[in-house]
Amino acid sequence: MNELQPTVDREIVASIVGVSKVYKLGGHTVRALDNVSIDFRQGDFVAIMGSSGSGKSTLLNLLGCLDRPDSGQYILAGRDVAAMDDETLSRIRGRYLGFIFQSYNLIQQLSVVENIEVPLSYQRPPLPGGRERCLKLAELVGLSGRLGHRPTELSGGQQQRVAIARALVNNPHVILADEPTGNLDTATSHEIMDLLDALNRAGRTIVMVTHENDIAERARRIVRLRDGRIDTISEVRPALPVVSGSIALERL
Amino acid sequence: MSLLQQLRLGFRSLMLHKLRSALAVLGILIGVTAVIWLVAMGEGVSYQAQQQIKDLGATSIIIRSIKPSEESSRDVGSRFGISYGLLRDDYERIVTNVPTISRAVPMREISREVRHREYAIDGQAIGCTPDYFGMNRLTIARGRAISEVDMKGYANVVVLAWEAARKLFPIEDPLGRAVQIGTEFYVVVGIAAERTAAAAIGGSLDARQYDRDVYIPLSTFRARIGDRVFTLRAGTTQLETVELTQITAVVEDMKEVDATADIIRSLLQRYHKSVDYAVVVPKELLEQAETMRAMFNVLLLLIAGISLLVGGIGIMNIMLATVTERTREIGIRRALGATKGEIVRQFLCETVVLAGTGGLLGVAFGFLCGPTVNGVRMAVGAFLPEVWSALPPNIRNLEPRLAPWSIIAAFAISVGVGILFGIYPARRAASMDPIEALRHE
Repeated sequence: MNELQPTVDREIVASIVGVSKVYKLGGHTVRALDNVSIDFRQGDFVAIMGSSGSGKSTLLNLLGCLDRPDSGQYILAGRDVAAMDDETLSRIRGRYLGFIFQSYNLIQQLSVVENIEVPLSYQRPPLPGGRERCLKLAELVGLSGRLGHRPTELSGGQQQRVAIARALVNNPHVILADEPTGNLDTATSHEIMDLLDALNRAGRTIVMVTHENDIAERARRIVRLRDGRIDTISEVRPALPVVSGSIALERL
Repeated sequence: MSLLQQLRLGFRSLMLHKLRSALAVLGILIGVTAVIWLVAMGEGVSYQAQQQIKDLGATSIIIRSIKPSEESSRDVGSRFGISYGLLRDDYERIVTNVPTISRAVPMREISREVRHREYAIDGQAIGCTPDYFGMNRLTIARGRAISEVDMKGYANVVVLAWEAARKLFPIEDPLGRAVQIGTEFYVVVGIAAERTAAAAIGGSLDARQYDRDVYIPLSTFRARIGDRVFTLRAGTTQLETVELTQITAVVEDMKEVDATADIIRSLLQRYHKSVDYAVVVPKELLEQAETMRAMFNVLLLLIAGISLLVGGIGIMNIMLATVTERTREIGIRRALGATKGEIVRQFLCETVVLAGTGGLLGVAFGFLCGPTVNGVRMAVGAFLPEVWSALPPNIRNLEPRLAPWSIIAAFAISVGVGILFGIYPARRAASMDPIEALRHE
């Protein structure tokens, strides 16, 4: 797999090695993931595809530290998180990961800016420049004019923009997106993808689950899963040239 | 997130369901108010009792004559009627034989009509010695008290209680004028200052009222009224012979009260065939009252505790509903980095806000106890006078006393109840699987 990534000097931000996950469903076992290994380098933009039951959701949950593998390693930020306890995993989610969901998952009773702020409240130690950073991110996703609005007062596309800003607020190593355009119409979908693409160009690492081909085409690599195994990995676009990541990231 | 921010967040989440939250708050409010009110009432009653007992004096021992029951009185009954109670000899014996007693004051008391012209009251004629006034902390407002000279000379002089003087002499100055007590005339030489009632003693349930008293020298009492009393009861006349109604003995040191009372009891026992007297020790009464108060408070706290428990269950019910409803929010927060502990804290903060609001409002309503009791009293007095007069004076005169400890305790307990009953729902929220919670519709 490494030969598909020509720029070897790019830092590996996340890497899973020989990971398996088995579910017991109604008496018989389902191998959701079967000995899967894959690396994600800084600036990667990976679309994970596959039919339902192929294991793509399981993979995303593992990458998101919401679930633990039965065997194998998951190296995130230089540490094997596969065997970590619940509290440490929570801290790792809060510190190194950003989440974007299909149904946006904003907290209804909070305003736009408060929603963006949520991950900051779980940082130990707290990140400096909290509220300012939220305002900058709201501007970045084009929602400066709606800071005080509630999620119910926004369109789907706008809600997803709030979610993207929220995913960026803790300056994560990897952004995990689960069908980010699944609830949106085509035009809005491409707006959201434009935004993700811009983030990726700025050096962000994005892993996205999708079942739509045209959305997957917007990524740099497409990983197809079948029956819990990696079927194919295809390169859509060349990998991001080496950027001095930290500078690019600071802009966001 | 700081505690203040968490509390504010909790408040906002609760405001999403205003009615539901208000009902939960109401449960706690009622509990807290109940604690404060009940304790205030209890404190009011026991304060009243304690004041009355304290008026009797902590270093005094009161020996009172008691009329024996009908069966036992037949033995001592003669053709002169029944004879019972303390004797002048008892007084002499107590004064000479009990060394710890610094002072002893005998007293004889009888109900007599007291008149002055057309004004009449049902008075209480009290034959006493000059010491009696000091002993009962009766101060003389005008004129003078009974003196030794009056005692020696069997003088027909009287000191009126403040109320008695006011009723008998609404216009005139009573000093130097004559009042009729029973069949005899007495010259008013003094008026006692106003005095509140003292505790009930010697088996009588009513508190000792001072306002109908007229004081005459004990020697004059014996000479003019005498020991024998005719009473008309159920169509038959009854003759009673009583020498002294009461002896009040005072000891120097409070520590000697109990021992002295024992000596007096055994002394009297030797000379009295039946127990036609009672030895009352105000210090014991005071201790009993303290014990009663403590028991009363425990009982009240129990009742109030039950209502707080009910309030707590209300809170738990609402928090369980909230947790189920906000499953998705919990999932989001967990995904965004919240630990289980932080989720527990978030929901605990909400219950503390609920319980704390209830507690604060309860304390506010607690302060309304005094005005409310007064209002109810005035309303009952105005609209149901017959009900009002049937109430015992202890209730009519009840002044609730807010106990600071009860306010602090009630508030602390309400917050405690919030935490206690919030733990289960909060833990349930925290233990959800984030993946499941995120999928929850």
